[in-house]
Amino acid sequence: MSPSRSNALSLHVPAPRARPGDKPDFSGWSFPAPGATPRPNVDASGVELRDYAYGLIRVLDMDGAALGPWAPHLSPELMRMGLQYMLLTRAFDERMHRAQRQGKTSFYMQCLGEEAIAVAQALALNRDDMCFPSYRQQGLLITREYPLVDMMNQIYSNAADPLKGRQLPIMYSSKQYGFFTISGNLATQVPQAVGWAMASAYAGDVRIAATWLGEGSTAEGDFHSAMTFASVYRAPVLINVVNNQWAISSFQGIAGGEQTTFAARAVGYGIPPLRVDGNDFLAVYAVTQWAIERARSNLGPTLIEHFSYRSGPHSTSDDPSRYRPADEGRSWPLGDPIERLKRHLIVLGEWSEEQHQTSQEEAAEKVRAAGREAERIGTLSDTAHPRESMFDDVYKELPWHLRAQREEQGR
Amino acid sequence: MTSMTMIQALNSALDNMMARDPNVMTFGEDVGYFGGVFRVTEHLQEKYGARRCFDAPINEGGIAGAAIGMAVYGLRPVVEVQFADYMYPAYDQLVSEAARIRYRSAGEFTVPLTVRMPYGGGIYGGQTHSQSPEALFTHVAGLKTVIPSTPYDAKGLLISAIEDDDPVIFLEPKRIYNGPFDGRRDRPVSPWSKHGASEVPDQHYRIPLGKAKLVRQGAEVTILAYGTMVHVALAAAEESGLDAEVIDLRTLVPVDIETIVASVNKTGRCVIVHEATRTSGYGAELAALVQEHCFYRLEAPIERVTGYDTPYPHALEWEYFPTPPRLIKAMRRVMEAA
Repeated sequence: MSPSRSNALSLHVPAPRARPGDKPDFSGWSFPAPGATPRPNVDASGVELRDYAYGLIRVLDMDGAALGPWAPHLSPELMRMGLQYMLLTRAFDERMHRAQRQGKTSFYMQCLGEEAIAVAQALALNRDDMCFPSYRQQGLLITREYPLVDMMNQIYSNAADPLKGRQLPIMYSSKQYGFFTISGNLATQVPQAVGWAMASAYAGDVRIAATWLGEGSTAEGDFHSAMTFASVYRAPVLINVVNNQWAISSFQGIAGGEQTTFAARAVGYGIPPLRVDGNDFLAVYAVTQWAIERARSNLGPTLIEHFSYRSGPHSTSDDPSRYRPADEGRSWPLGDPIERLKRHLIVLGEWSEEQHQTSQEEAAEKVRAAGREAERIGTLSDTAHPRESMFDDVYKELPWHLRAQREEQGR
Repeated sequence: MTSMTMIQALNSALDNMMARDPNVMTFGEDVGYFGGVFRVTEHLQEKYGARRCFDAPINEGGIAGAAIGMAVYGLRPVVEVQFADYMYPAYDQLVSEAARIRYRSAGEFTVPLTVRMPYGGGIYGGQTHSQSPEALFTHVAGLKTVIPSTPYDAKGLLISAIEDDDPVIFLEPKRIYNGPFDGRRDRPVSPWSKHGASEVPDQHYRIPLGKAKLVRQGAEVTILAYGTMVHVALAAAEESGLDAEVIDLRTLVPVDIETIVASVNKTGRCVIVHEATRTSGYGAELAALVQEHCFYRLEAPIERVTGYDTPYPHALEWEYFPTPPRLIKAMRRVMEAA
């Protein structure tokens, strides 16, 4: 070690601009104006689209107007539905976060601030398209009308838990709702989604796959394996990178976001790289629609980077005030997805403060009712799964050694 | 019946299954047009088209991950990892995903996947073309691990693996792809055509998973073996002059405990042989099972003859590889004990 040498190398370790106690700092960030980004044809080549990796597709301005060629011209009914599912997702998160604090379960993860992504995408996808989510896409299940009480039963690991108490809370799974079992090992679902999409194409099916991962886990090899396979075999899949700026305590620079964008990862694979304002419900919907049309036309995968902000903690085990400014989320330059869609609907004359208030109360009441029902069945502390059930579903049939262990355990 | 090498028998299994079931397909590095570096998938692309037999990027994690997604969809993919030594990038997908998807989804999602991997030494393959990683799979709840030792078994077991609704790791002892090898490299190589178990039906048949095969009856000592070591064990049994019983396990998980216990209870002595490194190897599991089930019938401590706890040494391959003389020494030790 001789730091005095004039030609000494120095190691660069990325650091965020603001830490606890600092003022949130988004200076130097510039975004294209809402409506300013052209909408390409869905059959454009990946190479032609590379500039999209460095821009940001926006539709809604901060005053609630929908602008430009990406505006999806959704019916007011569909937009109200989207708003209501976002409100329901937020209400669900609020209650379950609190339930964990009350000791009713061990763990919870909110998607506060990211609701537009899963909700808009669930509405854009067909009901039977297959989702391979990460752990912050509860909005998919809620929008597909999966029973809230079953989500809670899973979170409480109670007697009615569809997953028989085997999984960490929020690691939902539902074949019927096209929602693949969530893994705690990050990015493993991405090559699986690509494989599922390849199989759908192999079988001459019409269903496509969609998968989600955080910007942090794009650093995993599995993400790059998935991109290679998706590109090589033109898999009909949407690969969604939810860039919420924070992977637990690591800002997005630690995942490689300091030098380029996450959408730009797609450029090297020749995959269309669409970068979208993830807090803009209409832009997310429009970009998803574009990628869906491309996939259904047998033109292959799209990578979508949803530029957003994780307004809550990573999980109930996390305290973000230890590593980022407390008001960073409130200062997020692209606002809150619910507020922005609400404003748009009000500007259109299709919504009002009163309706919003009512809708919020209805969402809270739905969640309360589901909560009462789930808690009647039980919470984690009084969970009652037959102990022998732990040996089920390891294999299709119970082999002799597990039968012996089950007997030993019951003695 | 046709006389087949193990490669031809495996190819025949894939051919039968692809003909019977449109959901069976195969891919891996060099697997498509070329037919695989060991030729196991030869002519399959020609016969079934590139859609059902194709080349994969050099990315074992991607091969495993994509195959899992395909299996979840409802296909029955059979993927090749070119050498078992290359499987480590796929390990997370196999251990954390394939093995647990049925469990963590409470039975809703399943992974009827077969992962074929040539494994084992004796081919001057050095550290990265010789390993025997079976214990890394047998330790994982939710996986089945299968290792054939003859062309006849290879075909029947591979068909059962493909038809199985759980993920199966199918390890192929590449030293005996083209002929049985008894560890005596100083003797002329014998082709499969001179071996009874090379008579393989052209049509579909199954050998059930979880069933061992008694390949040599004896009364004095039981040798537990699988893969190439079955042939080493048979040679050792002949040369030792001992009345040794040899069991070919064929499936390591779930293992055929009944056949093992019946034999060791009869002989009272047990020698376990595998190529893999010793510490925490599959032999340790076998030794534990034998003592749990046969302790009061044992006449001598259980012996293990294995690869040493070193990386696979290229130039010293034959010092490392378990050969009949090493096995015979162990057999004599258990005979002399007590």
